[in-house]
Formats: sequence, structure tokens, C-alpha cells
Amino acid sequence: MDTKLHHAIAEITEIASSFGLDYFPMRYEICPADIIYTFGAYGMPTRFTHWSFGKQFHKMKIQYDFGLSQIYELVINSNPCYAFLLDTNSLIQNKLIIAHVLAHCDFFKNNVRFSNTRRDMVESMTATAERIADYEMTYGKEEVESFLDAILAIQEHIDPSIIRPKLPDYNMDEEETEEVVRKTPYDDLWNMDQPADAKRISIPKRKKFPPSPEKDLLLFIQEYSRELEDWQRDILTMMREEMLYFWPQMETKIMNEGWASYWHQRILREMDLTTDETIEFAKLNANVVQPSPTSINPYYLGLKIFEDIENRYNNPTEEMMQQGVKPNSGREKIFEVREIESDISFIRNYLTKELVKQEDLYLFEKKKGNYEITDKDYENVRDQLVSMRTNGSFPYIVVEDGDYGKNGELYLKHGYEGTELDPHYLENVLPYIYQLWGRSVYMETVVDDKPTVYAYDGKKVSRKAI
Amino acid sequence: MRVSEKEEKQFVISQENWSLHRKGYQDQQRHMDKVKEAIKDNLPDLISEESIIMSNGRDVIKIPIRSLDEYKIRYNYDKTKHVGQGDGDSQVGDVIAKGSGEGEDGQGKGKQAGDQAGKDYYEAEVTIEELETALFKEMELPNLQQKEQMDIVTDKVEFNDIRKKGLMGNIDKKRTIITAIKRNAMKGKAEITPIHNDDLRFKTWDEVVKPESKAVVLAMMDTSGSMGAFEKYCARSFFFWMARFLRTKYETVEIEFIAHHTEAKVVSEEAFFSKGESGGTICSSAYLKALELIREKYNPVRYNIYPVHFSDGENMTSDNEKCIKLVNELMDISSMFGYGEVNAHSRYSTLMNTYKKIDNPKFRHYVLKENRDVYQALKSLFRKYETST
Repeated sequence: MDTKLHHAIAEITEIASSFGLDYFPMRYEICPADIIYTFGAYGMPTRFTHWSFGKQFHKMKIQYDFGLSQIYELVINSNPCYAFLLDTNSLIQNKLIIAHVLAHCDFFKNNVRFSNTRRDMVESMTATAERIADYEMTYGKEEVESFLDAILAIQEHIDPSIIRPKLPDYNMDEEETEEVVRKTPYDDLWNMDQPADAKRISIPKRKKFPPSPEKDLLLFIQEYSRELEDWQRDILTMMREEMLYFWPQMETKIMNEGWASYWHQRILREMDLTTDETIEFAKLNANVVQPSPTSINPYYLGLKIFEDIENRYNNPTEEMMQQGVKPNSGREKIFEVREIESDISFIRNYLTKELVKQEDLYLFEKKKGNYEITDKDYENVRDQLVSMRTNGSFPYIVVEDGDYGKNGELYLKHGYEGTELDPHYLENVLPYIYQLWGRSVYMETVVDDKPTVYAYDGKKVSRKAI
Repeated sequence: MRVSEKEEKQFVISQENWSLHRKGYQDQQRHMDKVKEAIKDNLPDLISEESIIMSNGRDVIKIPIRSLDEYKIRYNYDKTKHVGQGDGDSQVGDVIAKGSGEGEDGQGKGKQAGDQAGKDYYEAEVTIEELETALFKEMELPNLQQKEQMDIVTDKVEFNDIRKKGLMGNIDKKRTIITAIKRNAMKGKAEITPIHNDDLRFKTWDEVVKPESKAVVLAMMDTSGSMGAFEKYCARSFFFWMARFLRTKYETVEIEFIAHHTEAKVVSEEAFFSKGESGGTICSSAYLKALELIREKYNPVRYNIYPVHFSDGENMTSDNEKCIKLVNELMDISSMFGYGEVNAHSRYSTLMNTYKKIDNPKFRHYVLKENRDVYQALKSLFRKYETST
């Protein structure tokens, strides 16, 4: 084994600890490119088989082969924590990656969003992969693949709340008995000679199902679809588990990368680098935290916000001091932020007007065929960032009615907040939901400011304004 | 697995042998297979794609295959505001990226590909070659006759062997000298001379014999007033793929275009597909012309002949009997006789009705109702020769 690498890791680990980073025991695996990109595509060393992972792998591998990809960091939220190093990395590349992943690991371990994630997910996903492979043997590859296709299309629609009541036990039988008791329209004939107010018969209102809109589409289908076989329900359960595991990473992308970038810089500054290493590190670092005119680089934005917080809490204003902020409390503050915030609150609370101006952030949208800057107002930029990071950047969908038209049909509603859905994609997802639910599926959303319902009845997609 | 060292249990470094880990490649293969499947599923649409047919096959046309999207419920990118970052002096109104150029903001069909800002698009593309592979796999050359055997042509002479005996004019000096040096060296002398008779090496040739296979397509089409743009386009797509298909089987494939209404003449390809003429239809005129061409230029002994006739089925009733007779005559000297009828509205067709009586495995016909049927027609006309019929 490379002793230089070993010494470097020991040194970085020591520096990280002295800064107060708190991480799981680390496990560094050195692998060739095709392996590291395989893991990257699947998000895990072992995961179930699906062509979409193969497509992703192919894409990443091509970029690597063409020399287009930057250095690649891959770290798994688990205990012990797995990090993967490319066997062709230079020593300085490895130093940067190791410092970076240590901070990620600290984040996994300490951020509250991750408090419920299973740290044994590596083993769990291996078991899932084996189970799904078994189902492939029993029910056929095509059958399983087609089912996975359908789930993958909606897998983000879960309820990832940290504290969440169990799915209420709505009893569908109960509802039916109530319908039986319902009086006939002719009942009032028998009551003709009764006083007038007694004539009013209270017809029990049909119980809503679900009683209140349900965010967890996956769980709802898993519990109430009449279409699914046991093995399918099993796969659905496992896939939902996996999504719950990945979810915190989706909602802390900016923070997590910012935190890791902040620390790899600080840690490497403490190290004795040769001149060549210093130059190479500066280049690598510049690549990682490069801003982009058409998107937000989470590494860069996250880093800038953390640095800004540290700065402001090191040199608090009068007003801040009155609120109890002590000078030079910046470091302490950012540790607190990394513990309690997620991207949404991080941006809402800490992306200041000055920072938006300093970093030249703006809003752009498509105008006459081109993408054009349309707004530089600080609040609008901040709010748009927040809204695009809401719900892991996915549209917010709820189950409105699981017995629509009293026919067991599924009525979904998009929580429209000014951003329309991609109609082409929606039209292709509805058949997947139909496949899982077994009856007509509806999606209420807004198109051109008009409430609109898309429907799929097993044959074709239709769309109408309501 | 080889775990090297442990230090204070804080970290472990390991390097395993991953050579058996093929998962990424396996699923990649599955993805490729799905691309091919998608091509196959879309064949009927793809092969009548106008950009291909009109290109005459000269250009490499790429057709995006889009069925490999992983569909999710997502936002309409073009109707959303996005956040970007400038280098300090950005202004409202600055253009930061070109759109896909697909109209205004469109109906947000979401299909537009290209250099969209912040978009991660994946599109598999298929070249004509790939299409051919997929299409021709489903086609067979019916009734292939063994003409190649009679057409053996000595192509050229290749010097491809070295022997100890031969004509002095063909001596291989280099090899002769090398042999001599070797032999002398064995006796301890580093010299070329003397050169013995035994050292001589001669180049020898082989006659390379290549069978020459030739085919000719006699493309006949009714250009009377009743054949509209759609009918002609179907015929054109058909002939395009047919000629390409035959080229994979024969060394040379020629195409003769015979246009006819009440009389037939040999025309250029361009005229064949573009010019329309008014008047009635006498199909037998085309068949007569075809027979005449065969007599003059395409001796059936040397050529595999493929007469294919496209029509809308309207023929002068009195001409039908004559047609049958001529078709039979053509079939005697051809590998196959194809009849494609473009009949979108299922009209009663006098010609088709007559041809129903033909009972000969060489006679192949198909009725096309829409563009996509070109694919079915190709498959039907070039299905395997069934000996049972």
C-alpha cells in the first residue's frame, strides 16, 4: 500500500479532528475508474439492477474517457463511512478528496435531516438487490423491469418528514357499512305525519379517502392499490426505504457541498504542500467551486454562505451584539448551522442582500427563444432559490382522492405555486401511475393560469380545463 | 480482499480486485438493448422519415430516439425562473444562453433537445446504417438463383506467395539475399556472396476469382393523374430501401425507372418521382417496356431481375388479362415480381382483383394504406421463399 497516501490520510484525519469535525470511522477504497463510476451511477456499491443506472454509468464513463470530468468524490452515508478514491488520482487530488469527504461524513453524522437515515444502508441495499434479483428469476426480468420503471417514475413522491405520524388507518369497509345504512329517497313518505324538523334526514357524507391530502404517494399506493402482488408491494417498500435514505442528501445539497468545500480548503491550508502541489490544488479547487451563469454551483454557493456567516459572526454588528452574538463566534455558529438547517432554511436565513449583490446572483428565464436575465432583486432571487429547492426540487404532489368518482380512481393534485409541470413528462408518467394503481389516474395542476386536469384511463391521456 | 493497515481504527485503506465487477457494463448493455428495441419499435415510422428518403442516402442522417427518457413529474424548464451567477456586472436583459430555437416558448412540449441551459439531455441517435441493420434483419432475398456460378470473373492477379522455383523475372531479390546471408553466416562468413541456386526465392501469384453478382430493379410506376404525392412518396420510400437492401446482397444493383400511363417509357429517377401526367392507365405498357429492357440490356443469365410495380390499382379493365399474361412472362425470367398498391381508402381495385388469381410464389404483393406501411410492404415482399406454397 502507498505509504505516502497513508501518511497523508493520517495527517488530514488529525487536522480534521483538531478542527472539531466529528465523523464516522472511515473506509477508503481505491478503485479503477469503471468501478468508481459504477458506484457513482448507482449511488451505492451494490444496488438493484436497472437500465437507467447503466445509462448513467455510460454517460459518466464517457466523460471520464474524454477527460471532461473533474475529480470525482464519492462518499457513502454509512457507519463505517465508505469513500472511494480513483486509482489514477495524484496524491494532491487524493488529499483534496479525503479532506472533502471527511467533512461530508461529519455532515452526515451531525445534520438533523440525516438523523433518521439508516447507517447500515450498504448492507440493506445489497439485500434489496438480491431480493429483486430473486424476483427476476421467479417472475421474469421483463416483468420486474417494467414494475421498476413505474416506481422510478414517481419514487421521489414520499413524505420525508423527520417526525411523521404513521399513515392513518382509513378503513374502507367502514365507509361501505355507512352507505348501507343510508336511507332510501322514499323514507320521507313514512314520516309524512311527523313534525317538519324531523323530516330532515341526515345523509352521512361520504368519508373522504384519504381524510386529508396525502403527500406520500408511494406509501399510499403500497397500502391501497388493489393491483399489486405481494412481491410488488415488497419491492415498493424497499424502494421507498432507499428514497427515504437518499432524501436528506437531496435537501441539503448546497449546504453539504458548501460545508465540504469550506473544510477541504481549511484543512489543506494546514498541510505542508510542495510548490507543485499548491499550484495543482489551487487549480483543482478553482474548478470545483467555479460559478456558472446558467445554474447554481452548490459547492460555490454553499461555501460562500458559510464563509459569510463565519465572517458576520466573527465581527458582529451592534444590532447582532444586542441579540447576544459574541465577537469571534463565527466558527461556533457555522457548526450550529450545519447541524440544524437544510438548504431551504439555510438560504432563507443566511443568503443576505449583500451576498446576493456581491456574488452577482440573478434570475433568468426563457424570453423569445433565449435565456435572459430578468430580475436582480435580492428577495426574488432568494425566494426563487428557496422555492426551487423545496421538496428536493420536485413538484409537490398529493393524493386528493383515492376513491375518485366512487370508482376507486386516483385523483392527484399538484400544489401549484407559480411553476408549471412539464406536460410531455407528465403525460408519460400518468400511465406508470395507472400501472401501479390499476384504475384511471387524474392530475390536477395549472396550465397558463387555468386549473387543468390531466387524466389517463388506460388507453389515452386527456387534458381539460376545469 | 487485502486490508493493509489499521490506525487507531479511525480509517482503513483497502484496494480490492474489482476485475469481476461488471454490473455497470451489464446494465449499460441493457440500456443499449433498449435503444435497439426502441429503434425496432419505431421502424415503420423511421423508415418512411422524409429526411432519409430525400437525402438519397448520401448524407448520414441521425434520428433522435427519445423513448429512453426516464420520465418523472418535473417542472417545465422553459416556464420557470432560474437562478444564475454572473461575474459582477450582469444586467437585466443580458442574454446568457441561446434557446433551442424551437419557436417561442412553445407549448412546452418538453421535447426540445440541445444546448439548453442547465439541462442534462440524453438522446440516442441512429444512423442510416443502424436502421439498415435493424430493417434488413427482417428481410430475406426470395428465390435467389445461383447465377453467380455462371458469372465467374477472374478479377486480378495477386502476388501473395514465395516459392523456391519460379520465373527469373519474378525473383524476390530481398528474400534471396537474406537467405544467402543466413547461409553464409552459418559458415562464419558475413558476406552476401556467393549466392547459390538454392538461395533463390521467387514471388508467385494467385489468380483471385471473384464471382460477380448483378441485380437490376425494374421500378415501374403508374404516373397517371390518379397517383398523387402521397402515393408517389410511398413508392419512393419503398424503392429507396429496396435498392439499398439489394446492394447488401449483390455487388452491383442497377435501377431502371419505367414510368407509364397509357404508354410507358424509361425515365430518370427525378422525372420518375416528380412528373405527373394526365390520362388513363394501361399497365401492360409498363410490362412490355420491362420485357423489352430485359431483352436489350439485362440478360436473365447474368442478372437477377426484380420488376416491381407501384400503382393505385386503377387500370383499364380490358387491359387486365394482358397484364396477367405479361406478369407471368416476366416471372419466368425474374427472381421475383412485386406489386405494391397504394390504396389509402380501400377502393375497389380492378388490378388487385385480377392479380388475386395469380398463383405463383414469385408474385408478391402488398396494399399500402399509410406511410408506415412501407415497412410492412418491404417485409412482405422480401419474406423468405416458402417452399411449401
